[in-house]
Amino acid sequence: MARRFQTPSQTVGPFFAYGLVPEQYGYRFTSIADHAVAAPTTEGDQIRIIGQVFDGEGTPIPDALLEFWQANAHGRYNHPADDRKDNLLDPDFKGFGRIGTGTSAEASFQIDTVKPGAVDDRQAPHINMVVLMRGMLTHAFTRIYFSDEATLNAADPVLAQVPEDRRATLIAKRDEALSGSVYRFDIHMQGERETVFFDI
Amino acid sequence: MSEQRMDWTSHPAHVYPDYKSTVLRGPTKPLVAIDHTLSELTGPVYGHDSIGPLDDDLTKNGMRNGEPLGERIIVTGRVVDENDRPQPNTLIEIWQANAAGRYIHEVDQHDAPIDPNFLGAGRCVTDDTGRYRYTTIKPGAYPWGNHDNAWRPNHIHLSLFGPSFTSRLVTQMYFPGDPLLDLDPIFHGTPEGARDRLISSFAIDVTEPLFALGYAFDIVLRGPNATPVED
Ligand SMILES: [Fe+3]
Repeated sequence: MARRFQTPSQTVGPFFAYGLVPEQYGYRFTSIADHAVAAPTTEGDQIRIIGQVFDGEGTPIPDALLEFWQANAHGRYNHPADDRKDNLLDPDFKGFGRIGTGTSAEASFQIDTVKPGAVDDRQAPHINMVVLMRGMLTHAFTRIYFSDEATLNAADPVLAQVPEDRRATLIAKRDEALSGSVYRFDIHMQGERETVFFDI
Repeated sequence: MSEQRMDWTSHPAHVYPDYKSTVLRGPTKPLVAIDHTLSELTGPVYGHDSIGPLDDDLTKNGMRNGEPLGERIIVTGRVVDENDRPQPNTLIEIWQANAAGRYIHEVDQHDAPIDPNFLGAGRCVTDDTGRYRYTTIKPGAYPWGNHDNAWRPNHIHLSLFGPSFTSRLVTQMYFPGDPLLDLDPIFHGTPEGARDRLISSFAIDVTEPLFALGYAFDIVLRGPNATPVED
């Protein structure tokens, strides 16, 4: 079989909004995905995740694009490779979201979703992320775990592969001061608190 | 179990100082290699149900009171994996500058005209053989602030998900013979042996008489079980 070589990655650049998240930024084009990963009617615990993306000098980045991919409340992915019949599929829940950091004054992001179920017998609930921005030639992968799942997090095989002193960078903190189930998840591209990015 | 990682012989490193914005934005600590789980082997699926009728014609989908200005082009090619297997029903998201090198994006302050009849965003989906095709206007070069007298070569931005989370790709398609390629740190951030894969080729068989020039550009996504390569 002919061997082909991968097309290289290039930066998403500063001008992605009208192509990838047009409705969020007010352009005349439809969005395939937005901050609403789940609908208010989606089965599961409704949660909100807020945060910012910081550069190496601690400045919030206003032109990042964040993508979210998660299982439903039963821990099932809406994808043919996840054919586990015991976990209920919710056909109305795609599990994908996308938001740019350019429409809030603080360069923050906010997604509304449901808390994912545990994906298999071993992994703690988590949301998979892709981080893209001007100034990144290749995107980066990370994961969001939840601070109120300490027992499951302690047994999670992926967290176990992360140096212990860096695990906290992957854990969204439940914000008790805010009403509802709100978690804070900041991304640090560099520095002491640099978020763990995965080579997958 | 040994599993394949990101192919860093194909993709640019996170920090490439000639492209100045990478210096404060690219991760600097080693990436953490993890074993694949369903989280990596699944991914968002977008296909034919996610595009509208004019999405694959950027010369039409932004029209207000006339035709957009510039050179009409047709871009086509196949989306395949590393084993040359076609990737059918795969969404490609497209965005680009207009013929004058101006993006409609509000942040773009380049002093070149906006074309009221050109949005510069579109989508298309691959057919059963992995083939895609869209019609657009050849984008112009534009200046940027990276260094003195810096200009981006003509390019079209493309985004694909592929079959799983590991195959996510955002890239740029360039044009053959562009003298700006040699001077562009974004193009040059790519490993030297892989750069040519970003350049389309002129195709007379895609060119339509009295209508538009044709360009061919295949997109090779990371496959789920690509065999390690030796060359
Ligand atoms: Fe561009």
